[in-house]
Amino acid sequence: MSSNKKYWKSEAELNPNDSIVEALKQNEFVQEIPVEDFLGNKEGLASSSTNRRDFLKYVGFSTAAATMAACEGPVVKSIPYVVQPDQIIPGVANYYATTIADGFDFASVLVKTREGRPIKIENNTDAKVNGSANARVQASVLSLYDSKRLQGPLAKGEAVEWSALDAAVKSKLSALKGADKQIALLTQTYASPSTSRLIAEFKSVYGENVNHVTYDAISADAALNAFEEKYGERALADYNFEKAELIVSFGADFLGDWQGGGYDSGYAAGRVPKNGKMSRHIQFEANMSLTGANADKRVLLTPTQQKVALAKFYAKVMNVSVGGELPVNIEKAVLAAAEEFKKAKGKAVVVTGLDDKDAQAVVLAINEKQASVAFDARAPKYVRQGNAKAVAKLLADMKAGKVGALIMDGVNPAYTMPNAGEFTDALAKVDLSVVFSQSNNETVAVASYAAAAPNYLESWGDVQIKKGHYALMQPTIKEIFDTRQFQSSLLVWMGSDKTYYDYIKETWSSSILGDGKWNQALHDGVYKAPSTIIDVVEETVASVVSEEESIVSSLVDLSMAASKLSKASSSGMELALYSKVGMGDGQQANNPWLQEFPDPITRVSWDNYVTISKADAEKLELVNDHVANGGLDGSKVNLKVGDVELKAVPVIIQPGQAPGSVGLSFGYGRKAGLQAEMQTGVNAYALYQGGVSNQSVSVSKAEGMHEFACVQLHKTLMGRGDIIKETTLEIFNTKDHAEWNPVPKVSLNHNEVDAVSVSLWDDFDRSVGHHFNLSIDLNACTGCGACVIACHAENNVPVVGKDEVRKSRDMHWLRIDRYYSSEDTFEGDNVKKDEFDGLTGDKGSLGGFGELEDPSANPQVAFQPVMCQHCNHAPCETVCPVAATSHSRQGQNHMAYNRCVGTRYCANNCPYKVRRFNWFLYNNNDEFNYHMNNDLGKMVINPDVNVRSRGVMEKCSMCIQMTQKSILDAKRDGRTVKDSEFQTACSAACSSGAMVFGDVNDKESEVAELKESNRMYHLLEHIGTKPNVFYHVKVRNTQES
Amino acid sequence: MKKVLYRNQLSKFLGVNLIAAMLFSVSLFSQSENADPAKGKQIFNQNCASCHALDRKGTGPALRNVESRLEEEGLDREWIYAWVKNSSGVIKSGDSYANKIFAEYNNTAMTAFPTLSNGDIDNILAYTAAVEEKPAASAAVPASGDVSGGSSSGVSNEVILGALALVFALLVAMLFMVNKTLRNIAKANGIDVEREKAEKRIPIWKAFVQNQFLVLVSVIFLLLTSAYFVYGYFMQVGVDQGYEPVQPIHFSHKVHAGDNKVDCKYCHSSARVSKTSGIPSLNVCMNCHKSIYEYKGNPEGPSQSDIENGYTNEFYTKEIKKLYAAVGWDEENQKYTGESKPVEWVRIHNLPDFVYFNHSQHVSVAGVECQTCHGPIEEMEIVSQHAPLTMGWCINCHRETNVKMEGNAYYDKIHEELSKKYGVEKLTAAMQGGLECGKCHY
Repeated sequence: MSSNKKYWKSEAELNPNDSIVEALKQNEFVQEIPVEDFLGNKEGLASSSTNRRDFLKYVGFSTAAATMAACEGPVVKSIPYVVQPDQIIPGVANYYATTIADGFDFASVLVKTREGRPIKIENNTDAKVNGSANARVQASVLSLYDSKRLQGPLAKGEAVEWSALDAAVKSKLSALKGADKQIALLTQTYASPSTSRLIAEFKSVYGENVNHVTYDAISADAALNAFEEKYGERALADYNFEKAELIVSFGADFLGDWQGGGYDSGYAAGRVPKNGKMSRHIQFEANMSLTGANADKRVLLTPTQQKVALAKFYAKVMNVSVGGELPVNIEKAVLAAAEEFKKAKGKAVVVTGLDDKDAQAVVLAINEKQASVAFDARAPKYVRQGNAKAVAKLLADMKAGKVGALIMDGVNPAYTMPNAGEFTDALAKVDLSVVFSQSNNETVAVASYAAAAPNYLESWGDVQIKKGHYALMQPTIKEIFDTRQFQSSLLVWMGSDKTYYDYIKETWSSSILGDGKWNQALHDGVYKAPSTIIDVVEETVASVVSEEESIVSSLVDLSMAASKLSKASSSGMELALYSKVGMGDGQQANNPWLQEFPDPITRVSWDNYVTISKADAEKLELVNDHVANGGLDGSKVNLKVGDVELKAVPVIIQPGQAPGSVGLSFGYGRKAGLQAEMQTGVNAYALYQGGVSNQSVSVSKAEGMHEFACVQLHKTLMGRGDIIKETTLEIFNTKDHAEWNPVPKVSLNHNEVDAVSVSLWDDFDRSVGHHFNLSIDLNACTGCGACVIACHAENNVPVVGKDEVRKSRDMHWLRIDRYYSSEDTFEGDNVKKDEFDGLTGDKGSLGGFGELEDPSANPQVAFQPVMCQHCNHAPCETVCPVAATSHSRQGQNHMAYNRCVGTRYCANNCPYKVRRFNWFLYNNNDEFNYHMNNDLGKMVINPDVNVRSRGVMEKCSMCIQMTQKSILDAKRDGRTVKDSEFQTACSAACSSGAMVFGDVNDKESEVAELKESNRMYHLLEHIGTKPNVFYHVKVRNTQES
Repeated sequence: MKKVLYRNQLSKFLGVNLIAAMLFSVSLFSQSENADPAKGKQIFNQNCASCHALDRKGTGPALRNVESRLEEEGLDREWIYAWVKNSSGVIKSGDSYANKIFAEYNNTAMTAFPTLSNGDIDNILAYTAAVEEKPAASAAVPASGDVSGGSSSGVSNEVILGALALVFALLVAMLFMVNKTLRNIAKANGIDVEREKAEKRIPIWKAFVQNQFLVLVSVIFLLLTSAYFVYGYFMQVGVDQGYEPVQPIHFSHKVHAGDNKVDCKYCHSSARVSKTSGIPSLNVCMNCHKSIYEYKGNPEGPSQSDIENGYTNEFYTKEIKKLYAAVGWDEENQKYTGESKPVEWVRIHNLPDFVYFNHSQHVSVAGVECQTCHGPIEEMEIVSQHAPLTMGWCINCHRETNVKMEGNAYYDKIHEELSKKYGVEKLTAAMQGGLECGKCHY
């Protein structure tokens, strides 16, 4: 029977009178092709002096000429130094210890330089605090080579000399001396002893009307106020999570950027089961944060509920009573946590990320009362100093015309202030405004003078990250542009002829170093002042004893605070603003590495978005769809907080998002001074009213769909328990490892044998020399992604851009897979899968697998870094037609790029999907206008690693350039290689100790010991690839004590 | 008559001069009878030459006839003894001339030589006072004339060849004319000069075409030969063996490494520790060339071929001046001007970017001589690429060369295990995995 169905090619066909339809019936193209014009003009053709034969001759000749010319090699010039600096040997890397302190990230790091160019950031293992570089700090070396940087001082957008700027500023400052109007300094948090001294001196030169205001884009004002009230100092309590056996967090993303971050290494150290013990972590939160993803127990609460829950928690721990309403199951969870907390005594610690002074005060009180060993208020941290009240006052003064000069450094208020428009208007009333900035940002556009500031890798500086823990910042390259740092400028304006370097040295020798040596401190990058610490401790102990009574009185205040908390309520949806691991506060928005860095939780790159729970999404009819080319599309919403509305914000449906809440990250939506490709996302600061990250919001659906670049579309593990093996601490402690870490079995001669004992291939003798293995502990891995950026920097991995990532053509050699459970736990998934019975029915696999694809509303989360597994029996090697990939006796799977012809058969045959294909030429190509397309950006390229070309397969090399270098160094010195010398970029970047690299033939090595651990397993062990990367079974501490 | 007269006058004049000169020299030597200028020269070269020259300002003043000059200042030999043995002492004593000299030479104190005896100093002074010898050889060779002479001999060769060709052509023309004339004579005499008719044979090419086997064989032969040449052509694409570019400064490795036996790694010091051998920075050149401001030729004198190529002393001295210009060295005042122009050398040995090669691995660890890969560099006036630098060339060496393992603690265990495995005492790089792709390609 023939069908009468009619197929429409386009909407236009529905209209029978449409001219296009008619035209298309007659012609192939709607528009007329000017064939007639061209060929019809016989005269024109005939009179043309070039006929077909000539044309062919020219083609032939030019092809031949080009071919001949190509045979001639290019002349390469080598230009040596005229006077070679002593420390520089071409081809040998130098390392310098320095410190990043950009107001958001504070970390002591080592900078690797080659021929005077910084090319990589590494952890400073000598540093006791903040010695680890997160993803942003790892990427900061590329921001140094940002071609969009401010290249010299500007006056109203026009280039100007420093002398002119100095003259203008000096005359204005002297005019303001002793006048009514303020000289205001609006700066980032420095935590710098020298800068503090300098600003004090500046005040003494220009009088009392100098007003220094510190402003943090993402504020910790509440925590600072609470701490200041209790301890009399504007600082933040420090936490050592390694010592804690129980961690309870109310919305504190302490593995992210909570209170300046830097807590992941301590946390991870406590998470690895040792002697049958590991810490237990309970997280109460709204957004799915990195911290929540690592928790043993995660409870979903909206920010308002968190306040109530914290009040109840406080009441239970302190044995007082407070009111407040909570859903029954949440209340139960809170009380259970409080019960556990009381039992754990001094080994427990509680933290909160709520932007509420009461909440912060309550937390400080609980930790103090509990005498928590993980809590340190005596040597606090200074990494956030912003004062919201002072900023508001300054803004009011500016509006009232009371500010004569405003000097800004390290801040971009025209972008980060929620009332940026108001700030811009107020700035117009200031006579002179100078902003120090690296980029041509929003504030530069409105200030009267823009002073080009150097990157931290070009500057001098000092930081006191934690009381008694000092760090030095030193330049690792001469200023690339005509820049001058804020502190040097202050010195010039004060009429001093000192350099800031001399000034720091002076500060250090007079008040910091004591017996210590300056050169040693500069070499180490960090300096710990032992005596001051002891003094402080004694002092505080004394004061605590004497203030016994005041504590009693403060208890009354606290119960007031708690009851205030318990009365928190809100109507409608709540917004929880957060900072992304990749973007932070948005300073480095023009950094392509960070833009392409996939968020550890959502795995989305090149965007920010609203995260919403599935229940709320269904209510608002919001969807996430996969489209035919493999991309992810999402609905859009309008967000309205108060009078401010953000329109058409894309939506990601986030498993584990608390119903009734939505999340949105800072740092995106910047336009000024950014390359077109990097102008992604929306500006969440517009909703950050009053510097409070929790707002009540109304969400409504907007038209259209947004195209995401998401690198992982499949969200769940589908019950494949052999990919991420995990168990509970209870089972781990009590049962044999064959039960919780079973080796897969296969049938051989009708007997069940271990899968690893059967192989198609003969084994190669790897007992001689080195045999490299990489160990990844799933317990210690927090998913922070520092390794991903470190790998990028070390191995010249190209940036491919949003469109290519969307087509799954991302080039990351190392990815961190994130899996959700479909049931409440992964174990639940495994059980469900095992119990499938038949195709249909209740336990039918047909529907069952479909159900397994959906993540749970509050899933368990697991992270798994996956790079080339360097299989001893590698499936990729056997299928390469040109033997471009082959195995070495050192355990590394080699990839000879120059041999590869790009059949991609290897990628096809790789069970781990870790091979990456260069679909295009990503360097020197205008289509990929990222750092490899300009001379400045190319300075970051590692000269020891090849830059791959189009049509070539690439993959993780296990940093063979680093292992070969370690071997060569040892050979040259005539010694054996020390265990700690073998590193890969990822293992060196891993501050949590999850990744350990080394030589398993060296029986003394750490990795050899880890390989013998009963937690060790290989990924997809049953296929017999015998990888040289192995994982450790994840253990969760689920037992409620 | 007149001529004779002149000759007499001339000889008389010469005679007087000669006597005067002899007297003068005698008077010089008479100052210290037993001082030996030859010994003095030796001591001078050992101790003084790095800062002083005879006729030229160095770090210190020129020293020819220093004593007589000092005498004009009213300073005697005792003063010289004191100065040489401890110059800073003399300066401190407030001696006005000493302080003047000290100030004139940038407040650089002269190294004290307390070990030199008065006799040694006498010898040195004798040397500085001796009459300048004119180097005969170098004066005899005209600098620029030689270059043009060399090239003019090339031109004359061409002229000779041209003339020969012309003569040959004339001969052929004459032969042809003679032949023609003879025929004409024969014709006139009625003699038949027709050749005897040869027996009709198949032309050889036809015979060849008819023999199919021969055609087949020769076609195969032709194809194989052309394939051989085509293959040979393609295999040399990108191989720059023998590449000998002209460098901005004519730096002669022959003079430095060959004649003067400067160690390769004195200049290419980073070859010991780095992947690159490093082109020396210009400050390294100046370590020696601050005092070596002119080329004096090698001891045996310039060879014939050198002279033919124009490698004269003046030529080399000019190249040293190029160095001074590049590094910004003001010879007159013995100062750096600070205006430098980095030298753009043309790189000779170019490995492709996808190859990792480390000099220190080969030089420091393996102890490979530079010449193994770079050829007889000490004989190269202009450096050329000696080795093909192809992968086959690398691999061959890795296959054949035994790794130097003795006395290197790194290799102890590996050597023991590997020699057990392969049953040999000596191990090649290949046995250690030196042929694996990833050892050089990453």
